[in-house]
Amino acid sequence: MKQTAIDSETTQESIVELNDVWVAYDGKWVLKSIYFNCYAGEIFGIVGPNGGGKTTLLNVILGLVQPQKGSVRLFGNKPDKNSRLEIGYLPQISHADRSFPVSVLDVVLMGLYNRIGLFHKPDRRSKDIAMDLLSRVNMAGHAKKPFAILSGGQQQRVNIARAMASRPKLLILDEPSTGIDSVAQEDFYELLAKFRNEQGISVIMVSHDIGVITSHANRVACLNVQLHYHDEPDSCFSTDVAKKVFGEDLKVIVHDSKCATCFRSHQDHD
Amino acid sequence: MTRNAQPVFAAIKTMIDMFSFEFMRNAFLAGMMLGFVLAVVSFFVVLRRLSFIGVGVAHSAFGGVALGALLGVSPTWTAIGFAVVVSNAIGYIGKEERISTDTAIGIFFPLAMALGVIFIGMSAHYNVDLFGYLFGNILAITRQDLIVIAVLGGLVLLSTKIFFKELLFVAYDREVAFVSGMPVAFLDHFLLTILALSVVISMKIIGIILVSALLVIPGAAASQVTRRYNTMIALSIFFALVSTAGGLIISYFANLPSGATIVALASIIFFIAFGVGQVRR
Repeated sequence: MKQTAIDSETTQESIVELNDVWVAYDGKWVLKSIYFNCYAGEIFGIVGPNGGGKTTLLNVILGLVQPQKGSVRLFGNKPDKNSRLEIGYLPQISHADRSFPVSVLDVVLMGLYNRIGLFHKPDRRSKDIAMDLLSRVNMAGHAKKPFAILSGGQQQRVNIARAMASRPKLLILDEPSTGIDSVAQEDFYELLAKFRNEQGISVIMVSHDIGVITSHANRVACLNVQLHYHDEPDSCFSTDVAKKVFGEDLKVIVHDSKCATCFRSHQDHD
Repeated sequence: MTRNAQPVFAAIKTMIDMFSFEFMRNAFLAGMMLGFVLAVVSFFVVLRRLSFIGVGVAHSAFGGVALGALLGVSPTWTAIGFAVVVSNAIGYIGKEERISTDTAIGIFFPLAMALGVIFIGMSAHYNVDLFGYLFGNILAITRQDLIVIAVLGGLVLLSTKIFFKELLFVAYDREVAFVSGMPVAFLDHFLLTILALSVVISMKIIGIILVSALLVIPGAAASQVTRRYNTMIALSIFFALVSTAGGLIISYFANLPSGATIVALASIIFFIAFGVGQVRR
């Protein structure tokens, strides 16, 4: 099943639009004919196996990778430097930089550097904005602490404050649950929903963890080189008996057996 | 005055005597300025993991020195040309998907050295102290060298201060910095250029082969004991100054090569900082 857009929703404002996007590394296609639409105010989840092209898809949207073929539109226009500034980006938490010497406040201030501009140091006002964001993610008490000593969940909260500092219209999250325990995950997605509801931002997130995506996204797609829309999260699993038998917690297993058709149909094209 | 105090006064007098030599005053002044510059650059070298680029760029300066000797012009200027070009070429080619930065360094480092050897072979007789350039020579610093170090070193420090927050952001996360509108490509080449400049102004006293140690050790030692960048830079400068000043004094009294003594002292400081960091963790 593949659709270019959801017919009933075409009247909505399109935040991100990919049209027939193809990307190859070293002569091998990692993204094939991707049609993708994300609308204002929705949380869009993309699941797929590792190596399925999830991060590449995000990089295309972010302008870090140029597609060989196809077009990208951000907020209705051709992407440029300014449109990219409307995006807040949360990369996967990297554990390689556990000693990077910045404080929690410094990290949030980074999100304001573009506004502060070259040749200027962060002033009082920037610090007030950063502190306000930190209190909104419930991390104000940690402002002076080294970022490196925080837990994964705390780092992710600081990162979202950093991403929100530039007042983006769109948040892009790469594997937001990696390295976070389940309690912290719930807090994190609650925070995400809060920002979405209060500021009307859209969210695109990718994960290999179907459980996370289906519980927190409005729409879901599966990506393995090609994109397969499943619209509403639950339609991914339909009325599968196994789901009833195994319960909500075993969504991943259910997904694998169910989505095998998607993945097989992609392999048939090769 | 007690008897016990006498050796202390004698030591102070010998220290003062040391500075009655012009070469020692020059070397000390140069060492202090270089300590400052190398410490600040090493802060970014450590955060950006550019140590091996530092090694490659330092060695490429050898090709420039040999070219200067062949053409009969000041090796400093030809070395600056070589180091800046090689440093940026490594950065540029290393961005290509099929070539890692590691591979790019592995190509340019011996190429610049090879060119250096060819240039030396071409010049029938040269009057440049090549060994001094490779390993540093405490006697080599002239008044003109001091001016070059002050001007170029000052330029490096000033421009680093101007771009500091942007450089820090790129070091923290390149992709986030790019998406947030930072001029990432410009900052990469800026960093490679100041790396090249700081190598070249250091080569006379510390040496081409040994200077790469000071591009790494001050920052690395500081990173062992703090997680705050202000403290890290301050400690990095402190460690570099202790290394250069201490190394020069020791090399003067023990009649040891200056560059090697400075690097040995810096290494000792690193191991102490490493130990302190391990204990505190």
